[in-house]
Amino acid sequence: MSVTLAANPDFASFDPLAALGRLSRDADWLGLRFVEEHTHRRAVRNGRPEHNAATFERGVMIEALVDGQIAYAATSDLTNEGLDRAAQQATDTARRLAGFRVFPFAAERERPPIRGQFHAVSERWLDSLSLAEFSDRLVQVCQHLRVSERIVTTVAEATLVETRMRYVSTNGSDIDQTFMLIGQHFAAIAHDRGATQQRSLNGPHARCWQGGLEHFDWDDLYGECERVGREALELLEAENCPTEKLDLILAPDQMLLQIHESIGHPLELDRILGDERNYAGWSFVKPDDFGTLAYGSPLLNVTFNPTLQGEFATYGFDDAGAAANREYLIREGRLLRGLGSRESQARLGLPGVANFRASSWNRAPIDRMGNINLEPGVSSLPDMIAAVESGIFMEANRSWSIDDYRNKFQFGCEYARLIEDGRLTRTVKNPNYRGVTVPFWHSLAAVGAADSFRPFGTPYCGKGEPNQVIRVGHAAPPCLFRGVDVFGGAE
Amino acid sequence: MSFVPTTLEVFDALSEGCFAQLNSGEELTLNLAAEDQLYLRLNNARVRQTTEVQQRRLTLKFQAHSRRVAYTFDLSGRRDPDLALALSLLDRARQETGVLPVDPFLTPVLDHGCSEEHHAGDLCPADTVVDQIARHTAGTDFTGLYAAGPQIRASRNNAGMRHVFSTQGYFLDHSLYTVNAAGENKAVKGLLAGAIWREDALVGTMTTARQRLERLRQDSRAIGPGEYRAYLAPAAVDALISMFSWGGVSYSAWKKGESALARWIEGEASFSPLFSLEEDFTLGLAPRFNSSGETAPERLPVVASGRLGQLLTSTRSAREYGVEANGAESSEGLRSPHMASGELAERDILAALDNGLYIANLHYLNWSDLHSARLTGMTRYACFWVEGGELVAPIRDLRFDESLYRILGSELEAVTADSALLMETDTYGQRSVGGSKVPGILVRNFRFTL
Repeated sequence: MSVTLAANPDFASFDPLAALGRLSRDADWLGLRFVEEHTHRRAVRNGRPEHNAATFERGVMIEALVDGQIAYAATSDLTNEGLDRAAQQATDTARRLAGFRVFPFAAERERPPIRGQFHAVSERWLDSLSLAEFSDRLVQVCQHLRVSERIVTTVAEATLVETRMRYVSTNGSDIDQTFMLIGQHFAAIAHDRGATQQRSLNGPHARCWQGGLEHFDWDDLYGECERVGREALELLEAENCPTEKLDLILAPDQMLLQIHESIGHPLELDRILGDERNYAGWSFVKPDDFGTLAYGSPLLNVTFNPTLQGEFATYGFDDAGAAANREYLIREGRLLRGLGSRESQARLGLPGVANFRASSWNRAPIDRMGNINLEPGVSSLPDMIAAVESGIFMEANRSWSIDDYRNKFQFGCEYARLIEDGRLTRTVKNPNYRGVTVPFWHSLAAVGAADSFRPFGTPYCGKGEPNQVIRVGHAAPPCLFRGVDVFGGAE
Repeated sequence: MSFVPTTLEVFDALSEGCFAQLNSGEELTLNLAAEDQLYLRLNNARVRQTTEVQQRRLTLKFQAHSRRVAYTFDLSGRRDPDLALALSLLDRARQETGVLPVDPFLTPVLDHGCSEEHHAGDLCPADTVVDQIARHTAGTDFTGLYAAGPQIRASRNNAGMRHVFSTQGYFLDHSLYTVNAAGENKAVKGLLAGAIWREDALVGTMTTARQRLERLRQDSRAIGPGEYRAYLAPAAVDALISMFSWGGVSYSAWKKGESALARWIEGEASFSPLFSLEEDFTLGLAPRFNSSGETAPERLPVVASGRLGQLLTSTRSAREYGVEANGAESSEGLRSPHMASGELAERDILAALDNGLYIANLHYLNWSDLHSARLTGMTRYACFWVEGGELVAPIRDLRFDESLYRILGSELEAVTADSALLMETDTYGQRSVGGSKVPGILVRNFRFTL
């Protein structure tokens, strides 16, 4: 085959375990996390190339524990000299700042030895398709999106990621993980007589999963993109979303955002500990709430699930070597467990999960979401619609905002249809809704069944100081909420 | 040798090595973003996490046969292996440009001149900084991020362009928390930044913050949804101005149908004559050159007394739409925004507000309706209810949902005479350069919804 999608830059070979063995050991404990990640971004706008770019990240994070303080030093100089410099830097800094530690961390508790592997699963790797054919396919996607001359902009974008992470430590940890991930964004913007509307396939960048080119079923995508184009036109003619209290059904491609902002973030233990107060914010959840707080209606079951094959944030181990397992965060509406690493668990004395994750080699791990999923119920979507006298069905996230304690939110969607007397009726544009987290989840009145459970995600969850973006997955069925404040657009 | 000269030496050697390998008709631009940073994350005035990052990230933009590819990769800082890596990627770039579709809007690589700008700094060891912070914030609940160290931005191309910008400074982006009598968390936000760490500057900042924190210990006033007069302090205005970079004043975003300010651009909506905004590189916080090495004008009016000045236009947009470029980055966002000050004196702010809300900070802004330039977001940190020109009580945070055409248009009553210079604190992937200069504003009616 000619030029394929796979690229293999001429990196010098690197053996993390041997490199760790060569480091001088002035610290009580050392960890070495090597990350190599290749990210390809292919974007076509209006059938013409917009971006053909790739990022090849490669470096090491050294962590040193001295007198209960952990310090990190990151370098892309993978020579003995470069790594020794980083190790010495981390060791010296940990020693100098040990008197200012927030907690006396211990290797045997926060970094116990562990060995294991997790490897990417893909039916079609990047070397199985030519770059020319892939580019041509994206051009064709644009053609299918442009169902009318009133479609003024079409976008077809793909992100293809290959990651290798190896984590080794002086007390015997050795974790080797590889990932293959893809992201898709297909959108059409319609314009006519001063009105402009965008519609995309499941919302911007929500289509992201683990796996390879098998996620590009072109014939299926062409058909879906024609629907997206038609719906963009439909929105041009639609009336504004009404302003009133309505029953609300959210599709899985909006549930992802609802779960993310109003369940995922408030349950992060580092937020509850106040680490994040200066940036993304604190949390309304208090340590005493675990085991007691009625977070939502009894229909609400939420899991941290890093084991679901194909979901975006599935992994075997977090970035400090904790083995990743499925755990209930909320069961039958009751809050059970937070999203916290071993460090946060030790500081708070609460159970947590394996979620100590870093965005790349140059950032220290912090408490993150992984896959946070709302477990299926028993309702079908037609039954939910039939159960609504006056309501609205919203799809695909467009706008999101929530306060720094994760209480008062306002979210917007791309596309909505009114529900009148148990039937979907008119399409409305600019649909928004707002609420307060716990009362909103208590208004959960029906949860879709397993056959309507869909995984989506986002590559852009921002948090931390220094800042990091990380990939998260959110799978959910459609859900029905009673009596929600909805409204449309207007100056 | 220190980080800046050694890194630039490798960058220059690597550039020459790559340019020497180009064939006829091939063009190459190399951009370097490098840093040697100390990041200290503090909680309760103690060190939660410390990360030292030494990184040199190179972007190689190769074009040939009317096609272009861009690769970004981490350099080791050692000339020979870095050159070998860059040449291997150059080979890959050649292969890709041989099979990609033609890019009709590609712009030629030109000699955009040379410049070199270095800003020296004088920083302190980590333990000294932490010790000073702990001592001067004792008795408060201090949290924040200290970032310090050299940063480099450099750009070269095979036509001869070479621009270099380096700076060595620090910022301490922080919050001081307290609990009021009702058990509610309250906080003040601050930013201390500069090229030279000075303990007396820290003391001054903390003294002011403690005084403001004292006021927050009063019981909160619950304010219901509705329209209120409001004063927005510079940090809150800065959050509004940042939305202009989210497609707002981008020529390309406007043409694609993605600009929230399309109606203003097309003359169907207006801003107040009191509102002027420019791209102002005389602030000295960001390099004037962009990633193509083009140098922006020192000052570029974007909003001039409410009217459209110039939209930010990259050479690619200029090529696509047949207009003039103005040195904008390809993303067409503001890199050095400066909102013009007005006439409202600092001492008169509360009297002019009379009855209403004093808003120190806004949080998590997003467009809620592009067509009407409507934004939603939250109040955050030290926000107060004001009566008769006096701070009466802190408020519980409110959600707003309001159009920029009202905030900076029909409802804009006054702009303060004083402005704040706010250094950029984004550290996604790397510490950002740049910043903004913004005043405070007085708004007649501001809509709060939750």
